[in-house]
Amino acid sequence: MKELKLMKGNEAVAEAAIRAGCDGYFGYPITPQSEIMEYLMYQEPYKTTGMIVLQAESEVAAINMVYGGASCGKRVMTSSSSPGISLKQEGISYIAGAELPCLIVNVVRGGPGLGTIQPAQSDYFQSTKGGGHGDYRLLVLAPSSVQEMADFAGLGFELAFKYRNPVMILSDGVIGQMMEKVELAEQQPRFTEAEIRENTPWATMGKPNDKERNIITSLDLDSHKQERHVAHLRDKYLEMEENEVRYEEINCEDAEYLIVAYGSSARISQKAVELARAKGIKVGLFRPITLFPFPKKPLLAYTNRIKGILTVEMSLGQMIEDVKLAV
Amino acid sequence: MTEEIIIAGFGGQGVLSMGKILAYSGIMQNQEVSWMPSYGPEMRGGTANVTVVLSDERISSPIINSYDTAIILNQQSMDKFVSTVKPGGLLIYDPNGIIHHPERKDINIYTIEASEAAGKLGMMKIFNMIVLGGFLKLKPLIQPEFIHKGLEKSLPVRHHKMIPENEKAIDIGKDLIKAVQLV
Repeated sequence: MKELKLMKGNEAVAEAAIRAGCDGYFGYPITPQSEIMEYLMYQEPYKTTGMIVLQAESEVAAINMVYGGASCGKRVMTSSSSPGISLKQEGISYIAGAELPCLIVNVVRGGPGLGTIQPAQSDYFQSTKGGGHGDYRLLVLAPSSVQEMADFAGLGFELAFKYRNPVMILSDGVIGQMMEKVELAEQQPRFTEAEIRENTPWATMGKPNDKERNIITSLDLDSHKQERHVAHLRDKYLEMEENEVRYEEINCEDAEYLIVAYGSSARISQKAVELARAKGIKVGLFRPITLFPFPKKPLLAYTNRIKGILTVEMSLGQMIEDVKLAV
Repeated sequence: MTEEIIIAGFGGQGVLSMGKILAYSGIMQNQEVSWMPSYGPEMRGGTANVTVVLSDERISSPIINSYDTAIILNQQSMDKFVSTVKPGGLLIYDPNGIIHHPERKDINIYTIEASEAAGKLGMMKIFNMIVLGGFLKLKPLIQPEFIHKGLEKSLPVRHHKMIPENEKAIDIGKDLIKAVQLV
């Protein structure tokens, strides 16, 4: 059996990133996610795996360092909480436009504005519908446990490189701050230079004599070419919708009612399901794990045999729009 | 078995670390655990609290409104959490600094003079372990060997020489706990 640890969600995602062979973390502190950088700084992975951990001068600088690292084919990441993620949106849009892989962790707090440091899920729209300008999508993973915070670091990098697209782990203050049992993956080596040349031929790492130079940009002044580029992005997002939908069903087999909830709300809803079942009410929990792509088809499959759906989220109602569109 | 516990007191009393040691010991005993702290500005010089759940099954919500056990270490926490103990549940408190003692008639109430005992020993750092000992006497949910492993896991290696003193403090707590009201 692997070693079991008691960790905060923030610590787990940080440790899992080191183990996933991450090359660089660039961030700026903000509650309730500061333990991510704190943990990384304490672990000093630059002495073991060679991973860089850097506190940037601002969120804007951090996301642009990610842009730079990702351009070189490196596994790079940043993390922040809601107001900080807002500051990063321009960079995220550029990274999506330039088709670069990276991992972004958002440990959501209440808002709008500077809001509160307490947990919330009010960045659903921002994460799944854009956030920055232009036609783009993030692949959004919503962990509901400390174990998933750890698991999604490795999965996030894998998907980011598969689609050359930013992946966001959309967590919240509960999942970030709570401690649970976690089983960590084995240490993966960082990409070697040869592997980067082999696996990511688009990366900018110095022009060899036998190849054209690579250009990373999100700018194309030729509007026809830009339109083709956006259509190509659309095809990529459709492919994600086809292949990457993830969800969990709890007590759904005989359910007459369905609660749809993600992240920490799903945990609280699971308790509600237990309490309702004890009273003989047949309730099930449907938990989207990918928020984009949203599990539309599996949710639609329930509509013929259930009496109603209750959407539970720590916001004024954001995911409910995707639930309505799905059913 | 599921035990839902709130531990609440001042920042600096070792509330969060007591919860962590309890949770880590639970893992060592092959149980499911969750540890959910209060966090933010209220921790600095104010009250600190942590919810710990120990269970044989997968834990659904780490956030709860009513508890099987409340361990209360200051007046503010007493005011805030006395009403959250489930009827028939357990309230343990250190009477030091408590002005308004609990008046509920439907819960089991125990006191533990842990700060006095820790003060006499000149070791305020083990105060929280004395309290933990009192709790474990009433609810022996975790075997001593797993508490030992939990301490090893929770404390940094440079503090491992303190483990015997922590275990002694747990034993002191087991002797100190006193029943006030049983239902």
